Amino acid sequence: MNKFVVRPLVARIFALIAFAAAGWSASASAGVYNPKTFWLDNGMQVVVLPNHRAPIVLHMVWYKSGSADDPAGKSGIAHLLEHLMFKGTPKHPNGEFSKTLARHGGQENAFTSYDNTGYFQTVASDRLEMVMELEADRMTNLVLRADDVETERAVVLEERNQRIEGKPGARLREQANQKLFPKGHPYARPIIGWRAELSALTREDALAFYKAHYAPDNAILVVAGDVTLDEVKRLALKYYAPIPSRNVAGPRVLITNEPVAGGETVLRDARVKQASWSEVVIQPSLTTGDVSRISALEMLSELLGSGATSRLYRALVIDQGIAVSAGAYYDEGARGDGRFGFYAAPRPGVTLDQVAAAVHLELQRLLREGLDEGELARMKKRMMAAAVFARDAMKSGAWSIGGTLAAGHSIEDVEAWPERISAVSEQDVLDALQAVLDEPRRMSAKLLPNGTGDGT
Amino acid sequence: MKYLLTIFAVLLFPLNVWAVTVERVISPGGIEAWLVQDRANPVVSLRLAFEGGAELDPVGKSGLANLASSTMDEGAGDIDSQTFQQTLADQSITLRFDASLDLFTARIKTLTQNLDQSMDLLRLALTQPRFDDEPVARIKSQIISGLRSDSENPGQRAYDALFATLFPGHGYAQNVDGTVQSVEAIGSDDLKTFVRTRLTRSNLVIGVVGDVTPKRLGLLLDKTFGDLPIKPTGVRAKDITPNVTGRLQVIDLDILQSTIVFAQGGLKRDHEDYYVALVMNHILGGGSFTSRLYQEVREKRGLAYSVGSSLYPMDHSALMLGSAGTENARVGETIEVIRAEWARMAAGDVSQQEVNDAKTYVTGAFPLTFTSTGAIARVLVAMQLNKLGIDYLEKRNAYIGAVSLSDVKRVAAKYLRPDALDIVVVGKPVGIVPSP
Repeated sequence: MNKFVVRPLVARIFALIAFAAAGWSASASAGVYNPKTFWLDNGMQVVVLPNHRAPIVLHMVWYKSGSADDPAGKSGIAHLLEHLMFKGTPKHPNGEFSKTLARHGGQENAFTSYDNTGYFQTVASDRLEMVMELEADRMTNLVLRADDVETERAVVLEERNQRIEGKPGARLREQANQKLFPKGHPYARPIIGWRAELSALTREDALAFYKAHYAPDNAILVVAGDVTLDEVKRLALKYYAPIPSRNVAGPRVLITNEPVAGGETVLRDARVKQASWSEVVIQPSLTTGDVSRISALEMLSELLGSGATSRLYRALVIDQGIAVSAGAYYDEGARGDGRFGFYAAPRPGVTLDQVAAAVHLELQRLLREGLDEGELARMKKRMMAAAVFARDAMKSGAWSIGGTLAAGHSIEDVEAWPERISAVSEQDVLDALQAVLDEPRRMSAKLLPNGTGDGT
Repeated sequence: MKYLLTIFAVLLFPLNVWAVTVERVISPGGIEAWLVQDRANPVVSLRLAFEGGAELDPVGKSGLANLASSTMDEGAGDIDSQTFQQTLADQSITLRFDASLDLFTARIKTLTQNLDQSMDLLRLALTQPRFDDEPVARIKSQIISGLRSDSENPGQRAYDALFATLFPGHGYAQNVDGTVQSVEAIGSDDLKTFVRTRLTRSNLVIGVVGDVTPKRLGLLLDKTFGDLPIKPTGVRAKDITPNVTGRLQVIDLDILQSTIVFAQGGLKRDHEDYYVALVMNHILGGGSFTSRLYQEVREKRGLAYSVGSSLYPMDHSALMLGSAGTENARVGETIEVIRAEWARMAAGDVSQQEVNDAKTYVTGAFPLTFTSTGAIARVLVAMQLNKLGIDYLEKRNAYIGAVSLSDVKRVAAKYLRPDALDIVVVGKPVGIVPSP
């Protein structure tokens, strides 16, 4: 099987969400992860996922705010603050968080997405109390020095250089997103921020975002691994419960029906050695849509785009031999609108218009001829088996449930996934495809080498 | 002091960390695998490795092991490419091959109920791969597309140049994926010869984790691997001392941020000072947010988003390897800071507290990777390849615990060569003068 998939132009933004989706899979009757959950009086939800294979524990705090909540003109502040959260508090100053954790053999990281921000540590299970004390402390007691902010802003500019400026595909994605969403929509901006705005962010900007969003009533605690519900309850009551709620404003509304620019974005760059094409269409998410349509779209993306036996790979890469890669994806977990996407990268001598046309021909064929005998049942079986594998990895449930809750959805959205998938019919899948084709809010993107050609 | 430290480590990470028990399974036919039984889920993960990887690719046909790894699952025996892949998909079986410089590896992840079928597909792929024209041409086009893109990937360019300089005339100088020309030159005869001569019983190690008994595994081992040839034929790779001379190379690429990679000679995995070097490197540039390189380059100066160093033991050589990415104007400053930290460590400027902290990290972080059956199977394979002993999981803490401050100072003074770091910069660095 190929290991050289040319990555879709848009899908990588959703790396975290895509990861969560991969874990969303289940055996038909019993739920997926069977998590335990409770709320603290200050509004913080706690989720516990016991798994006793090894005496280790994953501790995560998710905030239901991300780069979509950056104020206008301050793009990148949610992400810069995520970096600054490691600087210190009066009780644990000067980067002591990371030093203490490392001294106890723990590992940690943090991430910012459009919809949320998360901090996580893996430690031996008898160190859970230590990380909880540290994480609860920095939820309210962060101290920022002006020079810390300046240095960290330079680090983030280097991160931007590394992730975006040096990569033509990433720059194209930034440009194309502006056409997929209305002017001024938070999803039209990059998570890491526009260079000019990022360069001007200040300590005050970071503290303002911190005060507006970092509070227990805007946070979710997920603990997975070698723990019990009672132990997590005891520790959460001790460390997180005393933090007063702040009546954080509800999440910004990200759903919009405003028209978008759409059309085609082309980026040519001398450094592009493999041309590629992609198309993204606005579709329902768990926030906007009815769940049966969402399940049908999930099946459609599995059918069209997942791996070496999918429809698009077969048609373009194997049967016609015109592409090195082709596929589809669907992101249903967003706080705002969902996205359905297609992508293909041509073999030498083939143009982007040719692979785009071939993708659409395949979509029309599916619409006309329907699914093959037994195809739906085989896909369902495969998706159900994925649940067993999801339970095998300690991290899957924590990421999947944390991400779902932090986008404003419910545990039930994860746990009822098997039933939802089981209920999808062939007609549902074809109706979903028709809706994808009919949707006017769409854009396509072409990544090309310098020159005038439409391929490589 | 040594004993105190050992006790401290044990208290922090008690021996019952290893809820897993490693069993040695020998099949009726004499094939060995290491097994950890785990019945929590109806899942089995298997990993295997054949010693000898892309380092042995023939001159002019570099990328052979990698192409074989990408095409062996595209049809075998009477089963054509599409049927093979469709069977894997329908039964939710993950079966993948991979090549690295030193190894050719495979992994299976399957529901217990499909274990027999998974192993039969693995047997077919190992012994009767078809290498039909269509899949081979298709996969070649994908690899070549990837190689063309890699030519603009600063990290890939930097490591290719570094390894070519350090290992002249050796297989380690070749890119695992090969070159556009070399991949085009590989035919299905080459692939068949590769499989017949390199994938054999004597250079194979196997690790299995999950819902399977030793007895059932033993029978499957014979069925799956019994027909492999006994011993590999053809050339063996030679040991090589890296040709480190302190050169600074610049590869021109029109990007805002330069990628810097650097290396010097290192310690092989079986070296008596390996664990000391592991602790020493953790302090200098290892994988947490606390290393000296991270603190000096990123936290204090904001020079880079990522920076670090690691031990890089290979079967026939060894390196200490590091990297950083910084804007073109600050490359000189970044290299200066890295060299200064290298020199400070070499001069023995290291404290007891740093050594203690590094030891608790290195002991504590290891079990954190044991989060899935596949991850544990990978460790079982590494334990066998590196001849660490079946009791390694219990003994590892003691190996680290025995490292003292004076050990770290001795090893730093003996091996670190701040003036002889070989450096490759890819980008448009300002004010950097390459070595002649």
